[in-house]
Amino acid sequence: MIAIYAALVAVLVAIMMLIARALAGPTIFDRLLAVNTIGNAAILIVALYGFVGGRPDFIDLGLTYALLNYVGTFAVLKFFRAGALGAATEENS
Amino acid sequence: MAGFEWGGMAIQILSGLLIFAGAGFFVIGAFGFLRMPDLFTRIHAASLADTTGMALVLLGLALLAGPSFAAAKLICLVLFLLFMGPAATHALAAAALASGLKPLHETGEKPGAKHKGSGAAKTRKGRR
Repeated sequence: MIAIYAALVAVLVAIMMLIARALAGPTIFDRLLAVNTIGNAAILIVALYGFVGGRPDFIDLGLTYALLNYVGTFAVLKFFRAGALGAATEENS
Repeated sequence: MAGFEWGGMAIQILSGLLIFAGAGFFVIGAFGFLRMPDLFTRIHAASLADTTGMALVLLGLALLAGPSFAAAKLICLVLFLLFMGPAATHALAAAALASGLKPLHETGEKPGAKHKGSGAAKTRKGRR
């Protein structure tokens, strides 16, 4: 399936751009956003590669990783809010 | 697992188009990450890449997989991603605002403007 190989290459190119943004991102939240989208790209790669390799159980990997990525984003956000709360006023704990 | 050639050529072509379009949206979203001047505009690019890009590719794969558990799992994944994207970016924007990050239109700064913008009241001359 040529489309799956083309999609794999396209997602790899997208990951390069996201890594560039993750490295260059001025604020913490840019980096977090880039890492979140890189995680989504990883789900795509796992799902596409699973189809090419004839392994339908790779989709469970993608599902698990989507959940992990989601929780990880919230964990990092909570850490940074607690960290940043020192400066900001404690109005919404 | 049902054979991949479910439904023959028509299904393959359709799913190939879906996957191709989804990958295109994903790359456009990723490119938006580099071009957007401000965090809150980058969240637009992220939402484009997350929702349409992911949904089209995964639905194309689900179509290719035919009526099987793999397709059902893929559709669950698409639904979860459609719920997950906005929630995660909402929390991110709230945390960014709480930590004092101002959106660009409030700081009165023109994107890419070298000097500090004097204020929003200034009329916009020709934008680059």
